[in-house]
Amino acid sequence: MWGGPLPEMMSTTGVLLVLVGAGTLVLGTGLAWLTTANQFPGRRIFTWALMLPLAMPAYILGFVFLAILDFAGPVQTALRSGFGPEVWFPDVSSTVGVAIVMSLSLYPYVYILARAALREQTPATYEAARMLGDNRMAALRRVVLPMARPSLAAGIVLVMMETLTDFATVQYFNVQTVSVGIYQVWRGMFDRETAVELAALVLFIALFIIGLERLLRGPARFHQRGAPRDIERVPLRGWKAVVAVSICGSVLAAAIVVPLVQLLYWLWASPAVVTDMTRAFEFLSNSLGMAVAAAFGCVFFAMLAAGGARFSGSTLVRRAAHLVTVGYAVPGPVVAIGVLVMIGWVSGAAGSNPAGIVLLSLTGLVYAYIVRFMALGYGSVDASMEKITPSTVDAAHTLGAGPPRVMRQIYFPMAGAGAAAGAVLVAIDVLKELPIVLLIRPFGFTTASVWVWELASESRWAAAAVPALLIVLTAMIPIAIYLGRERRRPGSAVALGARVATWVEAAVE
Amino acid sequence: MGIVKTSSSRRLVVRGVTKDFEGERVLRGVDLTVDRGSSVTLLGPSGCGKTTLLRAIAGLERPDAGTISLGGKTLTNGETFVAPERRHIGMVFQDWALFPHLDVATNVAYGLPKSTENRGAVVEETLEMVGLSGFGRRMPSTLSGGEQQRVAIARAIAPRPDALLLDEPFSNLDAGLRAIVRSDTRALLRELEMTTLFVTHDQGEAFVLGDEVAVMKDGVIRQQAPPGVLYSAPIDPWVAAFVGEANLLLANAEGRTAHTVLGSIPLADQAFGKHTVLLRPEQIYLAPGSEGQVKSVEFYGHDCSYRVDVDGTEIIVRSIAAPVFARGDHVSLSYQGPEAVSYPTAEAESNPS
Repeated sequence: MWGGPLPEMMSTTGVLLVLVGAGTLVLGTGLAWLTTANQFPGRRIFTWALMLPLAMPAYILGFVFLAILDFAGPVQTALRSGFGPEVWFPDVSSTVGVAIVMSLSLYPYVYILARAALREQTPATYEAARMLGDNRMAALRRVVLPMARPSLAAGIVLVMMETLTDFATVQYFNVQTVSVGIYQVWRGMFDRETAVELAALVLFIALFIIGLERLLRGPARFHQRGAPRDIERVPLRGWKAVVAVSICGSVLAAAIVVPLVQLLYWLWASPAVVTDMTRAFEFLSNSLGMAVAAAFGCVFFAMLAAGGARFSGSTLVRRAAHLVTVGYAVPGPVVAIGVLVMIGWVSGAAGSNPAGIVLLSLTGLVYAYIVRFMALGYGSVDASMEKITPSTVDAAHTLGAGPPRVMRQIYFPMAGAGAAAGAVLVAIDVLKELPIVLLIRPFGFTTASVWVWELASESRWAAAAVPALLIVLTAMIPIAIYLGRERRRPGSAVALGARVATWVEAAVE
Repeated sequence: MGIVKTSSSRRLVVRGVTKDFEGERVLRGVDLTVDRGSSVTLLGPSGCGKTTLLRAIAGLERPDAGTISLGGKTLTNGETFVAPERRHIGMVFQDWALFPHLDVATNVAYGLPKSTENRGAVVEETLEMVGLSGFGRRMPSTLSGGEQQRVAIARAIAPRPDALLLDEPFSNLDAGLRAIVRSDTRALLRELEMTTLFVTHDQGEAFVLGDEVAVMKDGVIRQQAPPGVLYSAPIDPWVAAFVGEANLLLANAEGRTAHTVLGSIPLADQAFGKHTVLLRPEQIYLAPGSEGQVKSVEFYGHDCSYRVDVDGTEIIVRSIAAPVFARGDHVSLSYQGPEAVSYPTAEAESNPS
């Protein structure tokens, strides 16, 4: 293993990380600047619509892309019938192909953070630069981008972590990354030792990426006073407006509109795929069961950690509470391998009762999800507990309430909204999640995401449309909720951006 | 200190500028002039449009109508709009807006043209002017509020702009520091003969900083005059009360005399019929007597302020040194100021406070 395919896997992983990092940086930052600093028809709609691709996991976007652009797909077929059988078309199943798909699916992370940075930090300094003689582009280059650098770095780290975690999308495209290696070694060869070694390698790459963030971020985070607002938008007219609309429109089309239309078309064109409803129901309820269990677990432990950190007043406890978020920075396959090794110890001690093994695997799966997604629950709970002022708690204490009662009557009720939001975030991520469930699931246990992957891997694209649509539509729920809140109270994008940045920060510490 | 005087300072003229925000008229035909090398403060309550006017002059907002010119060159009118970076106007922002990722010297050098020779020398000289020699390598986040404020001024004046705009530049400083930085800044800008426009909502600050003060309300300049004129001859009762404590007494005017609850007051201009007369609290003197009764006394150390009830009218009286009368004392009042200004009563407005 180490001598054979590994060096190539390493270099492929490296190239993919760089390409996706660069792709999301250009897309995310460019679109954020376009929609924040310029005025053109449809800008308001694009501003929020450009966040929607967040709901389209790369492993769904990937197979739709393949289906459309493959040799047998509609695009190449049309080209051949127009220009003859020898017409040239780039090889879609390549590292560049995956990089494009992943960039389209992951750029919203950078977009949201860049937008928040532009609105939150720079308007006053941007104006100061203009007053000192910079034109728009010079101010962008000399002030706006350097100040947004920490946010952009955080966004790219999130993107790279997701890229590193993925091994489904890359497999459709026949691209061998280290994460693919982990899966093949564990599931295909049952070679535990090598899988653990590869997982350690992936963890090492993750640490390297975090180190990279430190480097990219530059010397400091910059906090500016003042309410978030847009910098003065310049009206684009004529061909410039056309270009702006086309850029936003084509990104949206490629990242979400065309894939959604294609999925719906499959559903409409081959209704036979819907017939197998019993299996669909089983897989979906498996997904929901996992999502609910993980969401409940995350929020419960987040409440304990965040509440405990507030109570004890000890720095050590507070640090330990923050530690629960570290899992967010550990790639999925690494968490999975770690849990699998633990399951191995326990099952070795418990003997080999088949029902026991299934139960153990499912428990391990939920445990892995909690480790991986705890940061989402903790972030939401902690943010809402932040609103509980020390004097509220002091007031309760002076009225004779001890810590348990304060916890029960003050913290839990007041953190309720945050807990609900955190639970939804965790549930959605579990529903979309693929690497961990693929590795840990007991034999015969299939979720909606696994189902998509199995069908798509066999190129049964039309059949995969049903679960894929279910996943995409469910994933849109939190985005819709969040966008609704943004409309009522502009500036929550900043809050979300800040929260994502905090997760990264917490995970990095 | 070897200060290089600005030869480039220019006269700033604003004529008839209007600006709407979402259907609301924020500026309603503003006229303002800042003579070459002089200093004007724009004073008004919050929301009166003074910051919008400043930003329109800077080029950060586009007025709907009106013209703005600097040294005879048009910056804005119906057709032309000069971009902010081409106006050669310096601006000090309320929150200073230092570039947090650049050190002090790079911040100060930011606006210097690329062709500038001896950039380092210019930067060091400018830092010296604001009393920050040797701070060049520090990052803004390591500086105190007062130091950051001075860096903001140094950055704005380093390119020797044709005019300098300051948007409540001292409001983020605590009271003691504010007075010092304010007078230092005033002295420096006067020495540079910089055409300067300050924005403030603090009347005391406006009087200290401006050769002239322009009082703004509801999107128009009510009056632009030297502080002394503004205080003694405000154009209307609202301005009178906004620039200082005022007794606005109902009076019956007969030529150069007005009859009030305090007796006959000499008037600066002829008036007849119902008028409102302006008497400043420090122009009224108290003596033991029976005309009025002291309702309250506030002692500030250097002076004190009485509220005296005279036949149902409350009169404010300010006198130097410690209070002589106590609450409940009976006093007589006498006016010992110059000939007073009066306003036809129909024009009277509600007190701004």
